[in-house]
Amino acid sequence: MPMEAYEILQTARDTARPSGKQFIRKLCTDFIELRGDRRFGDDHAIIGGIGRLAGMPVTVIAQERGEDLNDRARRNFGSPHPEGYRKALRLMKQAEKFRRPVLCLVDTSGAYSGIAAEERGQGQAIAENLMEMMVLKVPIITVVLGEGGSGGALALAVANQVWMLENSVYSVISPEGCATILWKNAARVKEASAALHITPEDLLALGAVEKIIPEVPAGRVFDNLKAELAKTFTALKALTPEELCGQRYQRFRQYGVYAEG
Amino acid sequence: MPKFNFKKSRNRLEGLVNQLTQPSQPAPNVPDSLCVPCPGCEVMLFTSELAENLNVCPQCGHHFRLSAPQRIQLICDAGSFTPWDEGLASKDPLQFPGYAAKLRHSRLKTGGTEEVLCGAGSIAGTACAVFAMDQDFMMGSMGSVVGEKITRLFERATRERLPVVGFTLSGGARMQEGILSLMQMAKTSGAVKYHSEAGLLYITVLTDPTTGGVTASFGMEGDILLAEPGALIGFAGPRVIEQTMRQKLPKGFQKAEFLLEKGFLDAVIPRKRLKATLAHILRLHREEEPHADGSV
Repeated sequence: MPMEAYEILQTARDTARPSGKQFIRKLCTDFIELRGDRRFGDDHAIIGGIGRLAGMPVTVIAQERGEDLNDRARRNFGSPHPEGYRKALRLMKQAEKFRRPVLCLVDTSGAYSGIAAEERGQGQAIAENLMEMMVLKVPIITVVLGEGGSGGALALAVANQVWMLENSVYSVISPEGCATILWKNAARVKEASAALHITPEDLLALGAVEKIIPEVPAGRVFDNLKAELAKTFTALKALTPEELCGQRYQRFRQYGVYAEG
Repeated sequence: MPKFNFKKSRNRLEGLVNQLTQPSQPAPNVPDSLCVPCPGCEVMLFTSELAENLNVCPQCGHHFRLSAPQRIQLICDAGSFTPWDEGLASKDPLQFPGYAAKLRHSRLKTGGTEEVLCGAGSIAGTACAVFAMDQDFMMGSMGSVVGEKITRLFERATRERLPVVGFTLSGGARMQEGILSLMQMAKTSGAVKYHSEAGLLYITVLTDPTTGGVTASFGMEGDILLAEPGALIGFAGPRVIEQTMRQKLPKGFQKAEFLLEKGFLDAVIPRKRLKATLAHILRLHREEEPHADGSV
């Protein structure tokens, strides 16, 4: 019997799950971290840098929840501030200059909702990423590792392809938030998890993601992912910048269900 | 003046007044009664007086919310507006509990129109594509219909080489459409970007309230960002931030004037000066000057 949405949500949030940092270690060789947005500061909720994936230089941008309690606090539990998104965009533009593909690893409950985040333009920072990623002239692949929380995830997911690990979720709002707003009852989180269609299977059926990366056998997940990424980046690199941007635009252009009267 | 519950007193007053008179022309978003209390200064205002003053309180300058048709009427030259893509209607792609009923209810309330009115019109003689969002349809939340209409508007404006003037108002994403609602942020942003790359102007007027997915997409993507005085503009809503931070928010936080001070808006424009300001900016961006002497 398939796992229920709520079980997958809990697995996706499990702090014992490998985080962005571990995926970078396992997927890349020669990784060097590059920090700062050159505007305000360096956001530890997002790690960026360059490494080699199967020998190919790639820019990697990963949301990082932190590995132990201190690290988690330092990384704001993986909820970025605007400077995190601005760092990500800076590194994507740099990738474009040097014609490197971009790999984004998503793992966040959402963009941070706090006073400082608002003061520094959280909405503006996300909006700018959406616009600029749409026309970035190099291949972008996004993989959702754990939780893909709303606009805070989308700001790293305007990609040519979006993949999900088997036990990850991707949602417009947290099921708790949805239950609170719609039903004034956070306890109805299970129901909300199912209703929102947040599981990889649901999202594949809706056409919102291209691939699900199996997590069994556990020892193979990094190698499998690495092989899939190398294969797909190689295929995408054969496209012209116009074809890449055109494909990305059409990918998002098709989303929406409505009646035309 | 004693503090009183706006909603409660409004309902009581409406009840009383409705027994005496039938409102001849109900104005959306301003209660259909003779008087309303101003949420800004609590003074009782005659609705007729308020309407004459563009629904701005003559005492304290509080800007009442306007409906999408009122917005269009406020800025477009008389008779110049032609709606686009009126026939688009929301569906219930995920069979989300309660959504179909909510859609039916909202349609009854608004008389069929959905959350955003799009079209072409002229502003002081300059042809534009125009959109205005409406609070009466599920608080202007962005689902497939908003995303599709806004995207089509920008695509058409790009083809027809028109500037875009848009009024945003939104409570955020239409969560009942799940991930499809989130995808509208990327879809609209792509269309705005291609319009921009064609060298065309997009002026955004952020109105009260603009939050969530609209702020984090086409709301903040204009070349020039204007807002109405006192408008609440943010990514996270104030209640969510209070819960996260476990503290009260400073006064004026996330208001238009606050964003102006932080560098996220170009200007805060009172409603009375809005059309003239838009006309001014549009004239400065005209591709050809009509007169050789520089006058327009």
